[in-house]
Amino acid sequence: MIEISNLEKSFGSNQVLKGVSCTLETGKCNLLLGGSGTGKSVLLSCIVGLQKPDIGSITFDGTVYTNAKVGIRQEIRRKIGMLFQGSALFDSMTVAQNVDFPLQMLTPDMSAEERRDRVEFCLKRVGLENAGNKMPSDISGGMKKRVGIARAIAPNCTYLFCDEPNSGLDPATSIKIDELIYEITHEYNITTAIITHDMNSVVGIGDHIIFLHQGKKLWDGTKEEILNAEVPELREFIFSSSLVRAAKRVEEEDGPQGLEQLAQEPLSEL
Amino acid sequence: MVSRTERLRVIWKRFFEEATLIGVDSIFIVGIVSAFIGAVTCIQIAYNLTNPLIPKSTIGYMVREMTILELAPTITSIVLAGKVGSSIAGGLGTMRITEQISALEVMGINATSYLVLPRILAAIFMFPLLVILAMALSILGGYLAGTLSGVMAAQDYIEGIRTDFIPYNILFALIKAVVFAFLVSGISAYKGFYTEGGALEVGAASTAAVTNSIIAILLADYVLAAVLL
Repeated sequence: MIEISNLEKSFGSNQVLKGVSCTLETGKCNLLLGGSGTGKSVLLSCIVGLQKPDIGSITFDGTVYTNAKVGIRQEIRRKIGMLFQGSALFDSMTVAQNVDFPLQMLTPDMSAEERRDRVEFCLKRVGLENAGNKMPSDISGGMKKRVGIARAIAPNCTYLFCDEPNSGLDPATSIKIDELIYEITHEYNITTAIITHDMNSVVGIGDHIIFLHQGKKLWDGTKEEILNAEVPELREFIFSSSLVRAAKRVEEEDGPQGLEQLAQEPLSEL
Repeated sequence: MVSRTERLRVIWKRFFEEATLIGVDSIFIVGIVSAFIGAVTCIQIAYNLTNPLIPKSTIGYMVREMTILELAPTITSIVLAGKVGSSIAGGLGTMRITEQISALEVMGINATSYLVLPRILAAIFMFPLLVILAMALSILGGYLAGTLSGVMAAQDYIEGIRTDFIPYNILFALIKAVVFAFLVSGISAYKGFYTEGGALEVGAASTAAVTNSIIAILLADYVLAAVLL
């Protein structure tokens, strides 16, 4: 579990985070939801240690991370896996070498054979068992995201952070990536935080959703609760999605049965 | 931020990778440039030496002195500032904007010691070797140009390059090479590592790395000459 308490972060006179407090729960997909420029990425940067918050604390399973000694911070960082928006694969390495890299750097006790087995396992887990020898430039955006996930989970991470995992992907691939993250989170009981503004992700994998608006946490809850949330900013955000608006209209006109019927219709007829 | 350095084995492996990129891959351009500079220096000195009282061997002597003291270390370093400096700045800048450096930092890997330190060490190791190569090829270029064009006899040239040899000059050239290597790799790594923005900024960082490195080389060249000679 990651506890964030009263986090503030400014860049010059621009205060991006204004006292954010929230909890990222273990074994769940915690979605950081909000529009562009609401401080989601800055919050994630502070959590993973890429930026230092001005005020506030971050606690990883009882260990305070902010202002901790280098050794403690290093220890926590080595339990963190991160999937970047652009995947951030190392260009000069093959897919397998990318997955092997954190093992090589962070687990010196592992033999070459153990590392090879682990790489094979992780690539198989994300469905890329035949892509090990390819270079990042030779694979698609969706495959890059999968390699990013494999690299993140390779050293048995306890915390997984995903920065807009669906960006630049078609809807079908987005759903597959979401499902993969969801499965891995539940399979390995990882604390996962995902930055998103994709409503498909919200209704698909949102175990715990935290809504940020103008640097503040305005709401948190589950995917079941979000459609009935009473926060105007959140409602405005949710119902700016055409699909959600359409679904809401069907529900109002035909009731819950209308929604069920809609869900069963082939996509081509919608 | 986390600041523990990476294990020596990792740095060592990265050092060899970078030494290959900086050193071995630069042999061709350094060889071409230095051979032609030696050749042109020889021909131009011969063209200016019209006094029959000055022996022809002076040409060989002057080519050697100019090569060892100035042309080999400085011109080689300027060439390498263009080739290696832009490569370091461009490489690190691209890694920065594509979040590869952030990925290293998130993993708890000290990006500076993993990416920058091996490049600086490799440059400090390889620049002097390339300068030694440049000295040899430049003097050889002068020899070939002088003899093949009929400006002077081979015997005169060899006599010239053996006259009043001061071993300290070689040491001076190597000290210059080490200092220039540190300046080129350090400035370029700094410019690349702290790139912000996109592809345009990576290009700007590469250009700034080369420009600043060349200016730093020229300034350091003057300071070292004033202090060490």
